[in-house]
Amino acid sequence: MINTILTIATVLIFISFILSGYRFFKGPDTANRTVTFDVMTISSIGLIALIAHFANRIIYLDIAIVYGLLSFMAVIIIAKYLEKELF
Amino acid sequence: MNLKNPAFLFAILLLFWILLSNTLALEFLIPGMLLIVLIIVLFCRNCKIFDGAKTTPKAFIYTLVYIFVFLGELIKSNFDIARRVLSPKLPVNPGIIEAKTKLKSPMGRMILANSITLTPGTFTVEIDNDTLYIHSIDIDEEHLDDMSSKIIRRFEKYLEEIYD
Amino acid sequence: METIEIIGALITLAGSIFLVLGSLGLVRMPDLYTRIQAGTKASTLGTILTLFGLGLIHLDWMGKLIILILFVLLTNPISSHILARSAHYIKTPVSKLTKVDKLKDKETEKTSEANHTNPEDEL
Repeated sequence: MINTILTIATVLIFISFILSGYRFFKGPDTANRTVTFDVMTISSIGLIALIAHFANRIIYLDIAIVYGLLSFMAVIIIAKYLEKELF
Repeated sequence: MNLKNPAFLFAILLLFWILLSNTLALEFLIPGMLLIVLIIVLFCRNCKIFDGAKTTPKAFIYTLVYIFVFLGELIKSNFDIARRVLSPKLPVNPGIIEAKTKLKSPMGRMILANSITLTPGTFTVEIDNDTLYIHSIDIDEEHLDDMSSKIIRRFEKYLEEIYD
Repeated sequence: METIEIIGALITLAGSIFLVLGSLGLVRMPDLYTRIQAGTKASTLGTILTLFGLGLIHLDWMGKLIILILFVLLTNPISSHILARSAHYIKTPVSKLTKVDKLKDKETEKTSEANHTNPEDEL
């Protein structure tokens, strides 16, 4: 019962990846692509937690924490690069 | 109670360490405590998180109320977005408006900006001293001042009891 | 015990539905700022609900999940804010529906002022 519901949730998250992937490839400029990248990484934190449930391993949550930290850094660095403050 | 007391910072960091390591075993606690002492010695002088925070009992109650108001607004904003996205006509009417805040401390302003970002139909684009530039998804051209004060007051009335 | 796990699974499902709606918003919205609106809010609440639901299923994981929830709640608005700021700075086009843009007014005012008062400073 629980695993069925969680499998549906995983499939829905994959559908959201496909929808944002459309915007990622079509997005007219870098800023649009970065917004999509941000949304995709934040949703993949949820996906990693779901994978941790299916594999029954708490250690995967540490990966989710580090992944979230790296995506936050990446968005800020891209934003600074767009503002031309990195040179 | 003084919030800038290093012992307070120690307690918060220790709580985070216990949540992160998910255990109370001594061989995890002792390295954690050593690390926390190192962090406090190295960085405590420059730590400005609690500048301007009040420590009256009233501030504590307002913090709890604020958390619930904030979570309610977050859920409301998601239903708002869902309604806009799912309706075939896509009812958006965007614009960037400006609003003044009365909060003085940087942390209070940061929490205010974060809360505005997560409330229905608004998010903060830029902060310039006491002026917030807010992008709103549904603006009313005749009543811009009313709108900005309404957006700000929704959280400011709680935050000004907590921060200066 | 069984009911609390089913409630947790349903909360996770609700979170993933919000994530799908947010991505749909990314596809349908007309310009960058409205896309940020849809993307940030939906992904924040969606991820929080997903993690909280899993925490109800595995109660012993709750500590780490609470850290993750706090982390998402604090960093996601900041990253969207800084992205919108740089996008406005490099003059990303806004949609034709936009009515007022006070920030742009301020920037043009400032540059024209600078041009009038001391044009030699630039050289």
